[in-house]
Parts: sequence; structure tokens; C-alpha cells
Amino acid sequence: MKTLTTLGPLSDIPLGEGRTYAVGDDMIAIFRLRDGSLRAVSAVCPHKGGPLADGQIDNSVVVCPLHLFSWDLSTGCSQSGQPPINVYPVRVDDGQIVLGE
Amino acid sequence: MTQKLVVIGNGMAGARTVEEILARNGDYSVTMFGDEPYGNYNRIMLSNLLAGVETEEGIFLNDLGWYRDNGITLNAGVKIERIDAEAKVVHDSNGVATPYDKLIIATGSYSWTPPMKNVHNPKRGYHQGVFAFRTLDDTRGMIRYARDHERAVVIGGGLLGLEAARGLQNHVSQVTLLHAMGHLMDRQLDPKAGQMLQASVEGKLGIRVITNAMTTEILGKDRVTGVKLADGTVIDCDVVVIAAGIRPNTEMVANSGLPVERGIVVDDQMRVEGQTDIYSVGECAQHRGSLYGLVAPLWDQAKVLADHITGTTGVAYTGSKLHTKLKVAGIDVASMGLIAPEHDEDEVIVYNEPKKGIYKQLIIREDVLVGATLVGDNSKAASLIQHFDRGTALPEERSSLIFDIGGAVEESLDEMADDAQVCNCNGVSKGAICGVVAGGCGTVSGVMDKTRAGKGCGTCKPLVQRIVEWANGGAAEEDPAASWYVPGVPMPKPELMAAIRKYQLKSVSSVFDKLVPGGEHDAKSKMGLASLLKMMWADEYVDERDARFINDRVHANIQRDGTFSVVPQMKGGVTTPAQLRKIAEVAEKYGVPMVKLTGGQRIDLLGVPKEQLPAMWADLDMPSGYAYAKSFRTVKTCVGSDFCRFGVGDSTALGIAIEERFQGLEGPGKMKLAVTGCPRNCAEAYVKDLGVVAIDGGKWEIYVGGAAGAHIRKGDLLTTVDSAEEVIRLTGRFLQYYRENANWLERTYSFVPRVGIDRIREIVIDDVDGIAAALDAAVEEAVQAYKDPWKERAEPVTPGQFRTSLPLTVLPQVPVRS
Repeated sequence: MKTLTTLGPLSDIPLGEGRTYAVGDDMIAIFRLRDGSLRAVSAVCPHKGGPLADGQIDNSVVVCPLHLFSWDLSTGCSQSGQPPINVYPVRVDDGQIVLGE
Repeated sequence: MTQKLVVIGNGMAGARTVEEILARNGDYSVTMFGDEPYGNYNRIMLSNLLAGVETEEGIFLNDLGWYRDNGITLNAGVKIERIDAEAKVVHDSNGVATPYDKLIIATGSYSWTPPMKNVHNPKRGYHQGVFAFRTLDDTRGMIRYARDHERAVVIGGGLLGLEAARGLQNHVSQVTLLHAMGHLMDRQLDPKAGQMLQASVEGKLGIRVITNAMTTEILGKDRVTGVKLADGTVIDCDVVVIAAGIRPNTEMVANSGLPVERGIVVDDQMRVEGQTDIYSVGECAQHRGSLYGLVAPLWDQAKVLADHITGTTGVAYTGSKLHTKLKVAGIDVASMGLIAPEHDEDEVIVYNEPKKGIYKQLIIREDVLVGATLVGDNSKAASLIQHFDRGTALPEERSSLIFDIGGAVEESLDEMADDAQVCNCNGVSKGAICGVVAGGCGTVSGVMDKTRAGKGCGTCKPLVQRIVEWANGGAAEEDPAASWYVPGVPMPKPELMAAIRKYQLKSVSSVFDKLVPGGEHDAKSKMGLASLLKMMWADEYVDERDARFINDRVHANIQRDGTFSVVPQMKGGVTTPAQLRKIAEVAEKYGVPMVKLTGGQRIDLLGVPKEQLPAMWADLDMPSGYAYAKSFRTVKTCVGSDFCRFGVGDSTALGIAIEERFQGLEGPGKMKLAVTGCPRNCAEAYVKDLGVVAIDGGKWEIYVGGAAGAHIRKGDLLTTVDSAEEVIRLTGRFLQYYRENANWLERTYSFVPRVGIDRIREIVIDDVDGIAAALDAAVEEAVQAYKDPWKERAEPVTPGQFRTSLPLTVLPQVPVRS
């Protein structure tokens, strides 16, 4: 993701939760970890299409709300033998969520 | 350098031990001595040979070619007469001395002949017509002789005697079995089981059985004409087969100066006591005071011996648990371990159905199977042997150990196909579970996490556990997390609650920060902690929304397409035309794809997008039915006494009152209740977490721990009370006790049997612990803290609380039903 996209204010995402953003043709779930950092991953669970942004997280994984499979938020790797999810660079800039490098 | 290995004995133990050594690439040149002029055959199958269901070729394990191919020098028909342990040489009957580096003594046993007059003929060993039943030659001779004769007597009513008697029926028309003891198979069966067996042997097989029959004399001058018993009885016969037991062949060994007691004394590496280079294995070996006459222990001994002699250190044979099965067609007998209880606390379970010849007895000590006897029905033998061998925890329903009661039949895991589906919710096969175990994960919870097996309805969990144990070679690895309340905080529930109270931890993140070494948060633990903290702190709980599962964040149940279901409260399943009209209007206004009646007597509006939830709640203007949370759900009721002509109690009014009071109460698991107006039980109160049944005389029965979902269990009767008020009071007290003491996601159907209904009654009814008032106060506080979550709709509690997470993309479409 070469282009930078500003998704909106950080305050749109409560601490420890995720929200989905449509970025072009992609559906991206942004999570705001309790350690303050952000993670961006593909929003659709590769297992059965679950909404990952509705999943519970900690500082390393997201758990899909439908069947409770989990993925590492930094690498996108499944912890339970499922296909990986995409991960994207994301950061906070002046209170704004910025996707891309 | 290749060492010289000499094996005395070419029976099952000797040959198997050599096979095991070859399999470990042991660097030995092997020389074997066997009394019998054959290769190696399966002695156990001699009874099948006698019975005509097996051929001589069929029972050979290793023919002479095998010895050749493996470079083994076989001296068949050559007897060893002396061992010179000093010089490390054995001397044989041909006068040849054979040196060894390592020696294995596997001389086995001989058939024991009880003292009887005239049993031996001075010229030719046994009297003509008298046979032992031990070797292939014995069996051949018996078959040849029996061909021209009609009446046989078998002396000995143990396993071998019974098999001999059955086999002889193949050759002669009349068989009598004489047993010196009071009942058949007295080593493996108690008197009752022995009598059942005797009835079957006589009735089904037509073999005459005489117990307490001490044979004193063989009659007949040149050949057998009969046998005489101690009481003077004479039984006419032409053939006598002696199967009165075996004794180890140790004479030569003892004469050579090696230690022999009842057998050749060996240590845990199967080395003869005091000898570094001499081993003994099989029926002739005495290990820790025990002699074994069965084949399974022999296999174990052979492995340990082979490991040790090929240089593996740290191996030990520690003894075997014995189980046997009788190989007689039509007569099922299996026996393992104890035949009678030894302690007062031993739990004895007996089932006896004389008409069918069925007898089953289990002896259980501290929840482990230590003995079992099955006569007439061996269908559960395999699973019992598994429990017996492994000492695995037994099901609470003991009857399921001796009967197949509903549910899946416990099949042998060895026979279970790799692609057989184990978890029917998440589609996990036996092969997938074994793969994860092979990959190094040996704990049950670890395997469940990795495969999701057992994470659906949970009914396959015991099977998953068995497979993990099986794949892990007998036992799962100790899983410290198994006792923790949630996987991410290393404490069982009571300790966790004490720590939370001690440090006044009122939010989920504070629990992680304070109680987890390193402070690591765990997504999978948040929901359980949120529930626990809410229960403990009620109004004081600091509600971090991210600790909630999505259902609890938006007060609706997430569906497979990311939409939600909306279930308004309908207390006791009683509604009104106005309420129905309102629901209908809302369903139409929002184009709800499916309107469905639930099992809990409510109406479910399915397929609602998240963003529409608050508006819909406003239009409905009804309280939440909590059909999404680990909480008090609903009270199902029947029509009750208002209209039903059978009703003896006002179940609807009581159901509504209970639901009114305990609505929304969180717990470790769902709480589904029912009140039914008479014992006809139309509201299914017997299978609810708490079910109330009106009985005549104005009384109410309270049942707890029932279930009729993935798990089916009838609740236990807690108590019978006189008034609806008392029902409500005890309901609250029981629910609070459950909330405080059940593990996360442990439903009452597990919790109640775990704690025991008697103990629960002591606490909830008799107040033995003196905590009833505290339980009542705690549940009262929780009731007062109730707020209808559907009022949380004017303003989102968090930014984007109801913002869609999907569907922004094409999702599985649920069809609209009109």
C-alpha cells in the first residue's frame, strides 16, 4: 500500500476495539490496542466471512466473533490452521488514523 | 563387535524377544535352543486348532525360513542341560557346549499334572489315552486319538480346560469337564460369575460340568476306561485331557545355581538376579514376586529386555495389569484385575440377568477401574480394558460402563478411521487431532485450541480427550491451565476471586495487569473475566466495553452473515395481541428477513443489521430478552391452572415472576428455566437449569442441573416447597451459588453433578455453611443493578458502537422467507 490514506480521527475507535473502513475496494479492520498502538488487517475472516472488527482482541491477536478462530494482528498468521489474513501498515498522525507507508 | 546371544526356549517369549532385538538392530549373532522340533508357533491358538477353526500352518508365527533369513542358528529339539554362568557357556543334550556373551532364558512352562493314581505308564509317559494340553504334539496326539473314541474328560475348569473341552466337542460326542474348585475359572471369576458361566457351558454347549471334583485315579489297564473322583464317583471315558494349570520350567536353571523361587527371579530390566549377562523372560520369569501366564505381559517384558540389551538406558518393566478373554465361540467371558472388592470403600457395581446368562461386575476404587468381570456379554470389554489399563477417569454414569446407553458407542480408537469426524460442530477428524499431537501439542486444551475440536457444543470433549491420550501414547500431558477459570490468568476460580477482592480489581484490564505475570492481556479470557467481575461487583464493576463479546456490546446475537437477531422479552412466554401487533409492525418496517418462534417461547427477529438495532428497539419499546448473553435467559411455562384442566399450580404467574426478578442476570453460562403446572411437564421443567413443577397440594418441586441441548440430563430434585415465594427465594439462592462457584461456561448440568446435589442441598436448603443469607443478599444486589440494555439506544455508549463492521462486502445471504 504505497499511498497514504487518512481514515479519520483515532477517537472513532474505542480502546481495545476495532472498526471497519472501506478503502478503495478493500475492507480493512483497524484495531486500537490497549497498549495504544494500531493494527490494520483485512476485515473479512477467511474462514466463513465473519466481521473481524467485531472480534475481541488483546495486544497480539484478534478472535473472529463467529467461530472463534484467531489471527496474529502483526503477522496475519492463523493460530489455528486457517489461511492468513492481510496485514497493512497503519499509524496515528496528529490524532488521525493513517493507513499506508 | 558382534556379540554371541544364546536364547534357551523357542516359544512365544523367546522368539518375540529375538524379534524385538532384531527390530532394534541389535548387533548379535543369535543361537536358539527349543525343545520342540519346530519353528515358533502361537501356543494360544492350540485351542483353535483343536476346535478345527484354525490350521497348523495358520498358527505358525515364524517358520524355519525366518530363522535362516535372520541368520539365527536354531537348534530345534535340542535341550539345554546346564548353564555355566562362570564360563558363560551352555551345555546341551548332544554334549555340545555353546559359549555366549548374553543369555536369555525363556523356557516357559509345562503342563502340571495333579497327583492321580495310574496317570503315568512306566514305559511310555502318560497312560494311553491321557494327554496334557500344552504343545503342538499334545494337540496332534489328542486329535488323532479322539478320532476313534467318543467320551472325553477334561481335568481343569480354567481358561485352558474350557477351551480344551469346547475343542474336543469337535472330535467326540460326549465331554465332561471336571474342576477341583467350587466354580469354573476361579482365578478370574467370583462364584456367582462362575455359576453363570457353568450354566451357559452346560446349557449352550452341552458340556457336562462337575465342580469340587477331585480326580484321584485313572481307570483302565491298557488304555483309559474312566476316571474316579475322591467321592468314589466313576466317570466312564476313553480320553482324558489334563489342563489343570502350568508350572514354570526352572529345574535346569535352578540346578545351574541361578536364583529360582516360584520362577526365575528377575529385576526390572529382566536380568536374572545377581547376573549381568543373563536375562529371563516369559512364563518362567518371576518379576516382583509375580509370574505371568498370559501373552500381553510377555510382550511388554520382551520390549524392555530388547531395549536394555541393545543399550537403551532407563527402561524398566514394572509389572502388568492382567486381563483375559475366553476364546470359546458363543460363550463370552472377560475378566480383568480384582474379582472381589478388597476394601470397604471399593465401589462394586453388579448387573445380573440369569435368564440370559449375563453377569457384569465392576470394582472401582477412587474413581479408577480396578476389576471387571463380564459373562455372557463382552460388548463393553474393549472400553473396560482401556479404562483398566490406563486408569482413566470413569464417567459419572457408571451404567454407561456396562451398557450402551444412547449416545455414541465408544469404539476402539485403534479401529477408528483417520478421517472419522470427531467434532461434528467444527468438522475436526481424528486424523487432524492426531496430527496436532504429532506436531508436539500434548495437552487436551492445546489440541482443542489448535483444531477447535470440542469447542462447539462440547459433547465430543471426552472423545477428544481420549484421542489425545491415545495419540500421545496413553496419557495427555498435564495441563496446568485446565483448572484455571480463564486461560489467560493462571488461577482457579476461588483463588482468582480472592485476589480480585484483595486488590479491589474492578475492571478486566486491571485483572490482567495485576494478576498475570508480565501483565499480558488475553482476548479469549476477557469475556469470562467480564462476567465474573460483573457478578462480583454489580454496580461497582468498571465496564470496559472491549472486554465484552460483540453480542454484549450490541445486545443482540451475531449471525453467520454478520447481522444480528433481536429477541424481545416475553416473560413466561405470555404475550398479548398489542405486543404481537407491535412486533409485526417492526418486522415489516425493517424488512426483517425471518421471524421465528424460539425454543424459549419468544419471537426472534433475524437478520437485522447492527446499525438498525437502536431504532428497532425504540420502535419495539420492549425490554431485551437477553437471547445473546451468558445470562439468565427465559422461563418457559405451560398454560398452568388458569385454563388447563390438569394444572395444579399457576405456572404462568410464577414463571413471569421469576423472569421479572432475575432478568438479565449474568452467569458463567446460560440459565434456562421453566415452570410447569403439573407433573405432565409440558414446559419441560425436568430438563432445565432450574425447573419448577407444581404438584398437587399447592406444592412446588424444584429441579436443578437439567439440560436438553447437546447434553441431555434430567435435573436433580433439590427440594419441594409450599409457596411461590419460597420458589423465587431458593431460585435466587441457587443461581447465586452457581454464579459464584461454577467455572466459566460450565452449565448447571456439569456443575450440579460436579458439586453433588446433596452438597448443593446442604448449602441452598439446609444452610449448613451459613452462607444462605449472603447468597440472598448478593443476588438481591445483582437484581437491583439490572438495567434494560435496550434503553442504551439514544446515544451510543462508545463511538461507532452500532457502526457496521460488515456487510460492506458480499456475504452469505440468508434467504427471505415469506
